[in-house]
Amino acid sequence: MTMDRQSLPRRLWQIAHREIKNYNRRPLFLFTMLIAPLVCLVFFTSLMGTGLPTKLPAGLVDEDDTHITRIVVRTLNSMQETNFTHRYSNFSDAREAMQRGEIYSFFYIPKGLTEDALANRQPRLSFYTNEAYFLPGTMLMKDSRYACELAGLALTRETLYAKGLTEDQAMAVIQPLVIETHPLGNPYLNYSVYLNNIILPGILILLIMLCATYAIGYEWKRGTQRELYALAGNSSTVALAGKLLPQTAIFTLMFMLFDVVFYRFLGFPCNVGIVRMMLLGFITVLAAQAFGVFLFGVFAGKLRLSMCLCSLWGILAFSLAGFTYPVPAMHGFLQGFSWFFPLRQYYLIYVNQALDGNSIFYVWRSVTAMLLYVLLPITVLWRYRYIFLKAKYIE
Amino acid sequence: MKNIRDICEVAWSEIKALVTDKGILIFILFVPLVYPLLYSWVYTNEVVREVPCVVVDDSHSSLSREFTRKLDASPDVKVVATVPSMEQAQELMRRGEAYGILRFPSDLTSDLVRSRQGHIGLYCSMSSMLYYKALLLTATNVSLDMNKDIKIQGYVHGTTDRQDEINRTPITYDYVALFNPQSGFAAFLIPPVLMLIIQQTLFLGIGMAMGNTREKNGGAILSPAASGRPTWMVILGKALPYLLLYIVIAVYLYTVVTPGFRLPRLGDYGTYMVFAAIYILACIFMGMALSMLVYRREDCILLFVFLSVPMLFLSGLSWPGSNMPEFWRWVSCLFPSTFGMNGYVRIVTMGDSLSHVVPELKGLLIQIVAYSTLTFLCYRRGKHHIDNFISNATLD
Repeated sequence: MTMDRQSLPRRLWQIAHREIKNYNRRPLFLFTMLIAPLVCLVFFTSLMGTGLPTKLPAGLVDEDDTHITRIVVRTLNSMQETNFTHRYSNFSDAREAMQRGEIYSFFYIPKGLTEDALANRQPRLSFYTNEAYFLPGTMLMKDSRYACELAGLALTRETLYAKGLTEDQAMAVIQPLVIETHPLGNPYLNYSVYLNNIILPGILILLIMLCATYAIGYEWKRGTQRELYALAGNSSTVALAGKLLPQTAIFTLMFMLFDVVFYRFLGFPCNVGIVRMMLLGFITVLAAQAFGVFLFGVFAGKLRLSMCLCSLWGILAFSLAGFTYPVPAMHGFLQGFSWFFPLRQYYLIYVNQALDGNSIFYVWRSVTAMLLYVLLPITVLWRYRYIFLKAKYIE
Repeated sequence: MKNIRDICEVAWSEIKALVTDKGILIFILFVPLVYPLLYSWVYTNEVVREVPCVVVDDSHSSLSREFTRKLDASPDVKVVATVPSMEQAQELMRRGEAYGILRFPSDLTSDLVRSRQGHIGLYCSMSSMLYYKALLLTATNVSLDMNKDIKIQGYVHGTTDRQDEINRTPITYDYVALFNPQSGFAAFLIPPVLMLIIQQTLFLGIGMAMGNTREKNGGAILSPAASGRPTWMVILGKALPYLLLYIVIAVYLYTVVTPGFRLPRLGDYGTYMVFAAIYILACIFMGMALSMLVYRREDCILLFVFLSVPMLFLSGLSWPGSNMPEFWRWVSCLFPSTFGMNGYVRIVTMGDSLSHVVPELKGLLIQIVAYSTLTFLCYRRGKHHIDNFISNATLD
């Protein structure tokens, strides 16, 4: 047997070469490894191209229609997020329009507001937001609240001017304490930065896991697993490594492309240098592949079951990563459960590194977890040895 | 009569194929039953409370202490520590023990005495927008509240208590968050996700069934039992089991999941069921058309699973439709989920009637016609091949 005397790199190369030929036969691999990630990259970055959603359609019911109410309306309309696209003559029209989805919020100024205000009768403004649409709803809420506060303050300011105060003095009376907000790392509240930095790697992790299990299971499905085992010199480690090597390369390159698009072309904040994020990408690819290998081993070669689990796992990761709804607000069990998701660790490391630019020491737990994921397959190697030799393809 | 019997026979053979296949059952039974519960559980706390915040008090005044007290007393923010320097506060942020820093400058009170505005710095971690929202809103609320007191005490004295009250807030306001009064995350996210689960699991289930048929019949899209019948009967027969099963799932979502997790349910049951049935049909036919791309049973997982995330964003519910590029808005019309999610939110969350969701219904009906026609054409072509194959085989 000349095979046994072959060197390790040569073996790996042979298996990888054989694998690339498989890709040629199945265009689906090409789709999963190249087309799907690229389409997602284009989709998400162009969808959130504006960064912060601006000029959200809002409605106005101004029953009073005096020059004071118009000042309030103008102020509100000049804000970044609010755009009064529609005017309605009464409350129910506006509510129906909101239900139809024409507007995300409306501002209601009752008749006699100015008169009541001047006569010290404390009138009441109101605004309604549709929080079934969470993001636009909250943004318009913020603006409308500000405008309501301003309306009251504007009145007091007029009184103070009449008493002879300067503008600065008047401001110090009506707004003595000012909150200066500093959103660290993402000063423009760019949602593209906030979401795409996690969503796109999340999709990649999902595809990597699926692709790894699929490629491995494909051997059993075609009944060529023994051929692979022989080619690897009867070593499951060599067989799996050689098989996943081309995918590791392709997905790592894809991750690097993502990083280049994020941190170079789109100018997302990256406080640690792009090379470190690429390194993180590489480790994430390995972790996701290892996860797939682990699941396939645990289920002793049941391809369909392991792929189902990979997809459920990968999709659940978007919730348990905690970048939209924070993990500490979840049930205690889920907080612990979140440790088993590579995307969760990726998110924590990304925040620490690219967003905040801190020392990696602060997220040592996540880094350790990530490296442990990479080592996961070791725990199931003995099972692979068994299924390589014994198991036939199990549906 | 014979037509109906034919359809039933095709449906029966499809049911037999489904119940014996664990992979398909995971997707069309396990996922629609368990995932809604799991997802609702993740988000069931709805809002984020007690976001940890650290205070750097260089002012050491009664004012700054009052501010800190009020901040801590609010439901959304918790002051975890008061530290002497920004360095220490930043350290707490880095360790993830706080998500915001509130800093009172040393000249805060002297500024106020000199009739100048005092500036309080709020530094927020941007790791999650909900932390930012909680910190910003609470700090703003406390500052507005205290501003009013300072204004009254220092400058615009009234003669009576009522006068003070009016001076405090000359114009009051109401804020009503319609359809999601607590501004919660589950009430916003779960309703569309329920609809998305229906579509995605149907795509996966139908795709896997097709992969199965093709694997078993040497690439043919129909089993020998199903061929030999008119194409449209085969299509209806295959769609029937999915329709029946998913109507049960739709009932389950409305009667178990939605009240179980106190999700908004203003809608009328009947309206919802009519809409859900139309939506399910659209999903089934698109699933059948897409299943033409599935040659092996596992292929459908690679093809469809990752699409769930873009689909959610295409709907215009999580990312505002008004800020969506025109091109993607057109693309979104290809998928039933876009109309399904919007229609569902409108009917169940906002309590609309069918006449208000006409655009969505139109979209779904067009999709039903388009995708069933597409499926018909593909099946006829496929069937033609099989018939040729069978006749050749008999000739041999």
